Amino acid sequence: MRDEKNLNEIRAIIARHKLWDLIFVIIGVFVLMIAVLTFMALFSHMLIDGMPRLSWDFFSSFPSRRAGSAGILSAWVGTTLVMIVTAVAAVPMGIGAGIYLEEYASKNLITEIIEINVTNLAGVPSIIYGLLALSLFVHQLGFGQSILSAGLALALLILPVVIVATREAIRSIPVAIREGAYALGATKWQTVSDHLLPYSAAGILTGVIIGLARAIGETAPIITIGALTFIAFLPPSPFKTEFPFLSLEWLMAPFTVMPIQMFNWVSRPEEEFQANAAAAGLVLVVMTLTMNALAIYLRYRMRKNIKW
Amino acid sequence: MTVQPPTDTNSPGKLGYSYSRHVGERFIEATLFLMAFVSVAITLAIVVMLVKESVVFFEHVSLWDFLTDTQWTPLFDDAHYGILPLISGTVVSSAVALSVAIPMGTITAIYLSEFAPFAVREVAKPFLELLGGVPTVVYGYFALLFVTPLLQKIFPQLPGFSLLSAGLVMGIMIIPYVSSMAEDAMRAVPMHLREGSYAMGATRLQTAIRVVMPAAFSGIAAAYILGISRAVGETMVVAVAAGMQPNLTWNPMEPAATITAYIVQVSLGDLPHGSIGYQTIFAAGLTLLLLTLIFNIIGHMLRKRYREIY
Repeated sequence: MRDEKNLNEIRAIIARHKLWDLIFVIIGVFVLMIAVLTFMALFSHMLIDGMPRLSWDFFSSFPSRRAGSAGILSAWVGTTLVMIVTAVAAVPMGIGAGIYLEEYASKNLITEIIEINVTNLAGVPSIIYGLLALSLFVHQLGFGQSILSAGLALALLILPVVIVATREAIRSIPVAIREGAYALGATKWQTVSDHLLPYSAAGILTGVIIGLARAIGETAPIITIGALTFIAFLPPSPFKTEFPFLSLEWLMAPFTVMPIQMFNWVSRPEEEFQANAAAAGLVLVVMTLTMNALAIYLRYRMRKNIKW
Repeated sequence: MTVQPPTDTNSPGKLGYSYSRHVGERFIEATLFLMAFVSVAITLAIVVMLVKESVVFFEHVSLWDFLTDTQWTPLFDDAHYGILPLISGTVVSSAVALSVAIPMGTITAIYLSEFAPFAVREVAKPFLELLGGVPTVVYGYFALLFVTPLLQKIFPQLPGFSLLSAGLVMGIMIIPYVSSMAEDAMRAVPMHLREGSYAMGATRLQTAIRVVMPAAFSGIAAAYILGISRAVGETMVVAVAAGMQPNLTWNPMEPAATITAYIVQVSLGDLPHGSIGYQTIFAAGLTLLLLTLIFNIIGHMLRKRYREIY
């Protein structure tokens, strides 16, 4: 009889513990649902407010005092140009640093300092990069409140992202590949450039896309270097009709970017401008989400295809 | 067997050694090293620049006033330079954000790592990543025009700008950072620990809380620290939704400026380079950097102390 009673007690304990498991699963799903619902609310709120404003005119008009005729021409052109500067500066630098840390660096103090430093840089608030750029690029080096300063500021910001992605991509290549190349007499750089870089290209690209997606949405550092919020002209064209055909004048031009344009409209009290903000936000979210989704897809493909 | 000297005229002499090839390799290595060193240069530049500009600021304002004055009005005629109101805004908004992000991030991480079926994880992880990719200014818009009106239905006295709604949205924004890092840490815990726990008759939840979480503690702590630095350094959500009035308060229902929001506010105006107002943003920035540095050091110490190696 006692055994039966014990058994029942044990069953009750097990049932209670299983119930807790179930309760936790419900809580977990619920929390995930909150994240999903928040995103839905955010997106649909912007869609309802901003959709009516989205038209060809919105993309091809300058900002205006009248909400109805204001557009994001100068903002998206500015964002594109700033991103070009950012990519040109951050991508080679980040990949080079990643290669060095993964393939060349010997285990010594300097390497360790660099490694700790890259980790810590990723935790520095973005607005601090803005202050650095304001002091260093805008005033010290005299680049002014230009596309060049903004692009470089964002390049510094995404550098750790590119470095970390490069290192992870290179690290996942088996040692046998390197040994094979060395056995055939390749130098270190030949091994890197002919084998490691091509094989890790997809991984590096993923990191670059994620970094640039982050840079597109960054507002704080660009406000800090003093981007203007009301720009009713375009920077000089990078293409010319006469000889070198390319001009770098645009680098020094004042500019605005998408998130700043949106911020400017959000902070106005009139409702019409907030509709503009919603429309600009919609464009911005679609841009960054597309880039992030592309990166996630690339990573997914990579994981499926690569079998060493 | 003897080694035949190569007959190739391009590389006479010693086998396998080419001077130009050697120099080229060295040059490439040096270039790559310089690229890696740029990251250190950035850190040095940040510190040097913040300190340099702040030194000028502290020639005008004593450190004592800076730390104890309860008003921050650098742009008024009657200028006061007390950082406390900005710090209180930063602390309150971060506290609200973390009280959302840390529990929800942890639950999400435990659920995804220990409970969720494969299919759920494959969908939820990329989704959370996308959520983390939404620009912060968009979250600011959401806080101001969606969350604040919603909260005003519950708390009718809530003003149009408040630390509460900015903090809540910031918290949701930070969840993906906390959850993905904590989940990585938990998944790195070796399977045999879990199996041992199951063999002793523990349920999944017991295993997760008493075995996996302690084993992954250093990684989870790192995730929390990252969340804290994000919250403290977050700019656009608070700049849009919490108002830009410095206000010494510990009440999340009030509007207040954070350190970051103040920097934005000054940058939007047109302060001449070298004026005292211009220097205030560097002093504020230095304070912000020190705050995040303190959290990073705590995190580093926690990691070192509780690191488990398998």
